[in-house]
Amino acid sequence: MKDADAGTVHREFVKGNEAICHGALAAGCRHYFGYPITPQNDIPEYMSTHMAAHGGVFLQAESEVATINMLLGAAAAGKRVMTSSSGPGISLMQEGISYMAGSELPAVIVNISRSGPGLGGIAPSQGDYFQAVKGGGHGGCRIPVLAPHSVQEMYELTMHAFELADRYRTPVMILGDAIIGQMKEPYTPGLCEPPGPIDKPWATTGCAGRPRQHVKSLYLKDDDIERHNWKLHEKLQRIEKAEVRAESYHLEDARIVLVAFGTAARVCKTAIQWARKEGIAAGMIRPVTLFPFPKTLVHETAGKADLLLVVEMNTGQMVEDVMISTSHHDKVRFMGKPCAMPTPDDILAEIRLLAGKTS
Amino acid sequence: MRDMDKTNTDVIFAGFGGQGILMVGNLLSIAAMEEGRQVTYFPAYGVEMRGGTANCTVVISDDEIGSPVVGHPRACVVMNAPSLEKYQSMMSPGGTLVVNSSLVEKGDVKRTDLSVLFVDANEIARGVGSLQLASMVALGAYAAKTGVVGIDTLCGCLPKVVSKKYEKFIPLNISALKEGASFA
Repeated sequence: MKDADAGTVHREFVKGNEAICHGALAAGCRHYFGYPITPQNDIPEYMSTHMAAHGGVFLQAESEVATINMLLGAAAAGKRVMTSSSGPGISLMQEGISYMAGSELPAVIVNISRSGPGLGGIAPSQGDYFQAVKGGGHGGCRIPVLAPHSVQEMYELTMHAFELADRYRTPVMILGDAIIGQMKEPYTPGLCEPPGPIDKPWATTGCAGRPRQHVKSLYLKDDDIERHNWKLHEKLQRIEKAEVRAESYHLEDARIVLVAFGTAARVCKTAIQWARKEGIAAGMIRPVTLFPFPKTLVHETAGKADLLLVVEMNTGQMVEDVMISTSHHDKVRFMGKPCAMPTPDDILAEIRLLAGKTS
Repeated sequence: MRDMDKTNTDVIFAGFGGQGILMVGNLLSIAAMEEGRQVTYFPAYGVEMRGGTANCTVVISDDEIGSPVVGHPRACVVMNAPSLEKYQSMMSPGGTLVVNSSLVEKGDVKRTDLSVLFVDANEIARGVGSLQLASMVALGAYAAKTGVVGIDTLCGCLPKVVSKKYEKFIPLNISALKEGASFA
């Protein structure tokens, strides 16, 4: 499929981080606020050079705390907004993320995570799983989390994140890592439709000619905060019911089922291909949404398979969600490596071991 | 364990920062894409602007590529001695090893099950016009030896990796690729 051939698909060769920017701009994001941190600097760099040409706003804030509050303000004004950071910066943003979840404000927050805890290092890691999916912010705040595993998905899931954010009035997080952010591969723009414009009658756009309205997370009167909590809970339930996404990879006849997301899932795909060549029926569940987690698929698969092998670039986090999804705890195994990606060979060796093969 | 055919392959380019390691990895990747292949490019580099280590992994296939990271590369192009030390033990048996013999002692290559090509890349690059072309020479040698992409495709893709500011150096890069290819 050469680009020069008539009727063939146009492919772009870009970094995952850059594909996120392409997706955001295609989705109509015209307000980006951020503060630099490795390994996501390609995102603010790209936005700083391209946003003006799209008639939008790029602003490098004085800190991540300022960033998230700028995001809150622009979202309250009804704009499609995005920020990006990495672990330490995302931690600083958590207060604001909770305020935005409480205020029901749509926004896309990208975490191209690095290794931690603390300032950690710039090595790839999936150590921010708990922070991303279990709330992160205070007061029972939870937001949808999407985990792309290819440059194509960095582009498409960013558009999807804006769609989810607007539809449910919630911040949405994209959780990547240094590998998927920094790697390049060809992707095809335009395969899926960007979200169209959406009415935001709640936005604070100036109250001339209409009653005043408030966007807030503070509820001090009577039972207001309890009612508000139930409302948010009901929204999360709707999201859990309707928005689960997962890829089933060679799952139908699989006896050994890997569970992995993002970069780890890609590496698992290669290991599974090699295992199948050796006659081992391996497959994989790849959660695309980490919250909501594909509980039902994991539950049903665990009933049928011999073993589940959870592979993560950390010392074991998503494995807890797998455990919650099934009562077959004796079938669950974990393989992890913090701050470095196991190679396909490492994973194949583990699959062989579980299959009782030594060669 | 794996297909050892030429069409599905992977290669690690390694050296120190400033040698153009990431640029030649990019060029190979774009050339593979131009030839209609699937390709992933994964860079790794130190925190230094110059002088640190730099390497990148390129995987090329006709099918969907799983892992962009490779445990046992089928080819390595090593531009300095520390890179040879790091990667020669990892390589797949029968793999292709291109060594910049301007900076690496031939005797340091201990593996006997590899197809080894020594290229005096720094010297050849100097002859072409600039020491900075050494990695381009090595890429030409690697591509010609393995046939993974056409030298003409690589030359044609140079404008996509060389910025406007430096486009006057494209002819020199073409010479470097061709000199390297003739060496293979």
